[in-house]
Amino acid sequence: MARNAEKSRRALLAAPMAVFAVLLVALPLIYVLATSFVQNGNFSLHAVFTLDNYRALLRADYLLVFLESIKLAFWTTVLSFVIGYPFGYLMARVNRKWKPFLMMLVIIPFWTSALVRIYGWKILLQANGPINGVLRALGLIDKNIRFLGSYGSVLLAMVYCLISFMILPCHNAVDKMDFTLVEAARDLGAGPCRAFLTVTLPQTLPGILAGCVLVFVPSVGLFYLSDIMGGGLVLVGNLIRDQLLKVRDWNVGSAMSVVLIVLSAGVYLLYRKSGGDDLGVM
Amino acid sequence: MEDTLLSLQHITKNFGENSILNDISLDVRRGEFVTLLGASGCGKTTTLRIISGLESPDSGRVLLGGLDVTALPPEKRPVNTVFQSYALFPHMTVAKNVAYGLRVRRMNKRDAAARVTEMLDLVQMTDYAKRMPAQLSGGQRQRIAIARALAPQPQLLLLDEPLGALDLQLRRQMQVELKRLQKKLGITFIYITHDQEEAVNMSDRIAVMHNGHFEQLGTPEEIYDQPKTRYVAQFIGTSTIFEASVARVDGSRAILKNENGRFSADASQAKLTPGEQCELCVRTERLRLSRTPVDGFDLPACVTEVRYAGGSVLTYVKLHDGTEAVSAGEMRMADAMQPGETAYLHWEQAAVIGGASHGA
Repeated sequence: MARNAEKSRRALLAAPMAVFAVLLVALPLIYVLATSFVQNGNFSLHAVFTLDNYRALLRADYLLVFLESIKLAFWTTVLSFVIGYPFGYLMARVNRKWKPFLMMLVIIPFWTSALVRIYGWKILLQANGPINGVLRALGLIDKNIRFLGSYGSVLLAMVYCLISFMILPCHNAVDKMDFTLVEAARDLGAGPCRAFLTVTLPQTLPGILAGCVLVFVPSVGLFYLSDIMGGGLVLVGNLIRDQLLKVRDWNVGSAMSVVLIVLSAGVYLLYRKSGGDDLGVM
Repeated sequence: MEDTLLSLQHITKNFGENSILNDISLDVRRGEFVTLLGASGCGKTTTLRIISGLESPDSGRVLLGGLDVTALPPEKRPVNTVFQSYALFPHMTVAKNVAYGLRVRRMNKRDAAARVTEMLDLVQMTDYAKRMPAQLSGGQRQRIAIARALAPQPQLLLLDEPLGALDLQLRRQMQVELKRLQKKLGITFIYITHDQEEAVNMSDRIAVMHNGHFEQLGTPEEIYDQPKTRYVAQFIGTSTIFEASVARVDGSRAILKNENGRFSADASQAKLTPGEQCELCVRTERLRLSRTPVDGFDLPACVTEVRYAGGSVLTYVKLHDGTEAVSAGEMRMADAMQPGETAYLHWEQAAVIGGASHGA
């Protein structure tokens, strides 16, 4: 008796979220999916099913764009790891009194719009901007360095925006780890480096993988950062935007979107299959 | 001494404002089984960590085989530890765990594998080589932890309360096995426990620790029969402590007296002078009760309670000034004295502790 009451109470509590998920997430996605399988604009029940939109994607230049996006996402993930893991490690291991401060450094960026922060970087990196100014004042350079428009500046913006998603899971993994294991490794003859590679890294691998997924998946679709930083990189996001807004071919645009969604889902499923935790509980 | 393997010299360690170790010194001989015995917080784990190198002392030196290793990091010391939580690497198989200390020292795979098999045989876990630690029981993990620590053939093995998490039967069994192993391999063991029975069963020598210093260092028999301080007397075994002043000394026996009466004790170990205050420790199983006064003793008491304790009878008595004493005797309940009766206390063996002639 009580169990049924408990069950229906839980169902009731979950209902608002379920409605939200259906109306605002599932339905739009289904609509996009449907639009990708028809021609001539919006989906309607009389429309003819076709795969032409997907066939239109099989172009060499589109494939290059796709690979370019993957490449950018890959390097963003690698850099995020190289910078983010040590920071997460530090946060987990320092004296307790420093932790709130370091945690704030990671969380505060979430309170500001990413767009605004990237424009901030753009101003800093300008040819006549402060960074060039300081470098010239220090006598390190004669001419202004052209930061903007380079691949590096795009990477900088990407890593800057996404690194918190690497730091937090890595920090959690290091924090949860039993450090007696590292002591045991040292005791048995492993130096600090060896102990790290053979014990700490494998033990915190789940956190690292979670961080990689959380950085990689959004990175593939992000294009506005690249646009702001200049350099004219054409990414998948650019392509979709152009299809939808310039060419106004909503069907092919939808097809591209579906491909991107399937890719993202694929990465996530791969991660889960290899034992990854549900990322909702970060 | 030439066969001194480990020498701790005047080790002091503080954590912030707390003094954990207060000028401790210890010499351990090669092949010895030494136990650090004490209650939680007395500094025994810190001492072990300083020996293994996981912690550095604030002052003092650690010498291993004559060499000063105080500044040497743990991976460079020929000392291995069996941790209280076993600390087996969860992401490695049992075999890889045991091989860790060997592979880290660049032993080739074949030799390492042979040694792993040898170690697993030693702890009777041969069939478990391919298992993961999560699949083992507590007792099994403990054996693997021991195998892993012994594989690199350390000069010194440190064991931090290794049997604490096991049930009583298993613990007793492991005590015997560990002792046997130690004797067979001839490796020097330094063992930590708060269980005095365990310490007495296994050790060649026991160091009783209290508040960061050694109260007494000696063989189990010495610690038991001749406790040097009140703390040691009360930590090991159960006993009654009588405070008294020396009436006179008669050759090897001293006559002591206090409010409750007079009694004698063996004064050959202690140098007692008449008039001096001292304490006498009488073990529960050595305190005897008699229905009639016994020669040399005048210590009447009133029996308050009689309890059966599986093989012996515990008789609780109260002396004239309210001091309570316990006597354990091998007898049947029917033969024991009853509450209300007057019992005359006497004994053959007692230890004099405290007093001016004894150092702390």
